[in-house]
Amino acid sequence: MAVTLTENAARHVQRSLDKRGRGAGLRLGVRTSGCSGMAYVLEYADQVAPEDCVFESHGIKVLVDPKSLVYLDGTILDYTREGLNEGFRFQNPNQKETCGCGESFTV
Amino acid sequence: MALLQISEPGQSPAPHARKFVAGIDLGTTNSLIATVRDGEVAVLADAAGEVLLPSVVRFHDDTRVTVGREAQDAEIADPLNTIASVKRLMGRGRADISESPYRLAADTQGMVRIETVAGGKTPVEVSAHVLAALKARLEETLGGPLSGAVITVPAYFDEAQRQATKDAARLAGIEVLRLLNEPTAAAVAYGLDRNPEGLYCIYDLGGGTFDVSLLRLSQGVFEVLATGGDAALGGDDMDAAVVALWMARGARAGTPEEQRRLLRLARSARERLTVETETTIDVEPIYSGRLTRADLDAAIDPLIERTLAACRRVLKDAGVKIADVGAVVLVGGATRTPRVRERVGTLFRKTPLHDIDPDRVVAVGAARQADLLAGNAGAADMLLLDVIPLSLGIEIMGGLSEKIIPRNSPIPASRAQEFTTYKDGQGALAIHVVQGERDLVSDCRSLARFELRGIPPMVAGAARIRVTFQVDADGLLNVSAREMISGVESAVTVKPSFGLSDTEIERMLKESIASAEADAASRALRELQVEADRMMEAVGAALAADPDLLAAGEREVIARHLAALKTARDGADGPRIREAITALDHASAAFAARRMDAGLERAMKGRSVTEFG
Repeated sequence: MAVTLTENAARHVQRSLDKRGRGAGLRLGVRTSGCSGMAYVLEYADQVAPEDCVFESHGIKVLVDPKSLVYLDGTILDYTREGLNEGFRFQNPNQKETCGCGESFTV
Repeated sequence: MALLQISEPGQSPAPHARKFVAGIDLGTTNSLIATVRDGEVAVLADAAGEVLLPSVVRFHDDTRVTVGREAQDAEIADPLNTIASVKRLMGRGRADISESPYRLAADTQGMVRIETVAGGKTPVEVSAHVLAALKARLEETLGGPLSGAVITVPAYFDEAQRQATKDAARLAGIEVLRLLNEPTAAAVAYGLDRNPEGLYCIYDLGGGTFDVSLLRLSQGVFEVLATGGDAALGGDDMDAAVVALWMARGARAGTPEEQRRLLRLARSARERLTVETETTIDVEPIYSGRLTRADLDAAIDPLIERTLAACRRVLKDAGVKIADVGAVVLVGGATRTPRVRERVGTLFRKTPLHDIDPDRVVAVGAARQADLLAGNAGAADMLLLDVIPLSLGIEIMGGLSEKIIPRNSPIPASRAQEFTTYKDGQGALAIHVVQGERDLVSDCRSLARFELRGIPPMVAGAARIRVTFQVDADGLLNVSAREMISGVESAVTVKPSFGLSDTEIERMLKESIASAEADAASRALRELQVEADRMMEAVGAALAADPDLLAAGEREVIARHLAALKTARDGADGPRIREAITALDHASAAFAARRMDAGLERAMKGRSVTEFG
């Protein structure tokens, strides 16, 4: 069971955390909603909850709650640029299809 | 699939509910768009990496429109169809503009139109093209639709200019979350809004304009205390000063093209001298030579002196001492010049804030404000508040509106004014709360009516009734009236913007501008009528009180003039009312004098002269 960041994503997260000035790490998760059933959560984490699974990837602490981990196991979080747009992308092997806009997915 | 950004804990947006909001600095020379990503303000660049979008729009004969750098490059080749600095025309009537490089015409409402090869274009339409280009840049960058923006305007913009800016945004398909004053945005960019209170001076020296604003922050509201500046003073003038220096040193620039070339060289030399102390120019055969930092400083000092004089004037207008100014913020590309920083620092006796790129600082502040308004930021950040769109006041005698809180006052606001009674023994006062810029109540919007009862009997004019208007942060208006001598009180609460749509506010403002003269005339007439009423009331009361003091036949004469005044008062002929008032005054003068003597006699009876010594 693991969730990892690419080197590029880790660098970007580290920079964002430094600028923000605080934060225990990065929280990844899923929640139900959206047209295809589930949506990704990508947040700064200020506290580690007791039930959280903690992964270390390129020096970044990644927190995932156990319920989300079922859907996220094996996920690689990447940071990419598409034209003028740049941001994080979930490469999730559990994901079967996404809705047209890609903001939600099914497993 | 969509690319994601990191959110604050617990604030991950629901899918499809992601809202992209932005701050837009719609400038005279350049425009910018910025947004908050991962809690950081990012000023967005176009595909070429350029952040500044020249506020230039070119209309082609085949309905094509180009915006920005490409349009700017065509300025010389196609001057009539390439519109620059359109911000100066926003919200202006044809009559307001004396000279312009473009072919101007007036539309049916008297608003200015620019004749181009693609037809007549209003400044609103031209600005909309600039805004649409920025909106497209954001949507391409973020991969989603722009759902709202904070757009900055100069602090001195009036309601018509602000409305024109909003109209341009609507035309570009942008929802305006709020218009924000440019100096306020600069202050927000530096986080000055997090201070409890203070006085701040914003020094904005752009390419072609200089603005200085004095802001006071108290309880989360930035109030613009005073503004000043020079609409024709900026970095361009510094370039011209450098060229003038070169010409004096023997540069030969005969053609306009050579002149322009020297101006461009002057600009780049100035830019180099922000870091270096000396630079060389070699464009033989026009000119070659050295330019030192000292040369530059001497050339631009007279220009800087003008800006400092404007700063001193603004401080004086606001009655503020230099020592009271908490911080000075530098805005505008020309403030990169070390000499400007130095002299501003000397004047204010403190180092001006300049860490944020002065070209971007306004957009950065606007983006922060947009982020707050969209509810993306933490609750710890205070929200800047709105202003009252139209003046609030009450009806006074003669159906006139007396403004108590002027429009554009930041809310919360509180103002009070004292009124008095009109008749002897008046026991109650009807208070009619109105909103609008017009002088006659019938042209304003009625918001509420209430009565103050229980005023103790007093002669007309003796009661002191304090009417207080308070608008709280939610825009709720509370009006209270209190008779100061007896302490009787009454109050009402209304929501001033209730039922007033944007278009209605706009219509009311346009009417008030269009009918300013008619309003002044009807105000003068109403005031005369009120004076006539007061006079008739007083003479009538005197006749009833002291009939025995009337000389033979005097009653008839006075009665005749009274009747004449009554007829004149009911008409609309101002001079005739004035005449009748004067006539009645003359006719009753002797009677009035006798009454005064009699009154004095009554008062003195039975006392010795020494008591009055």
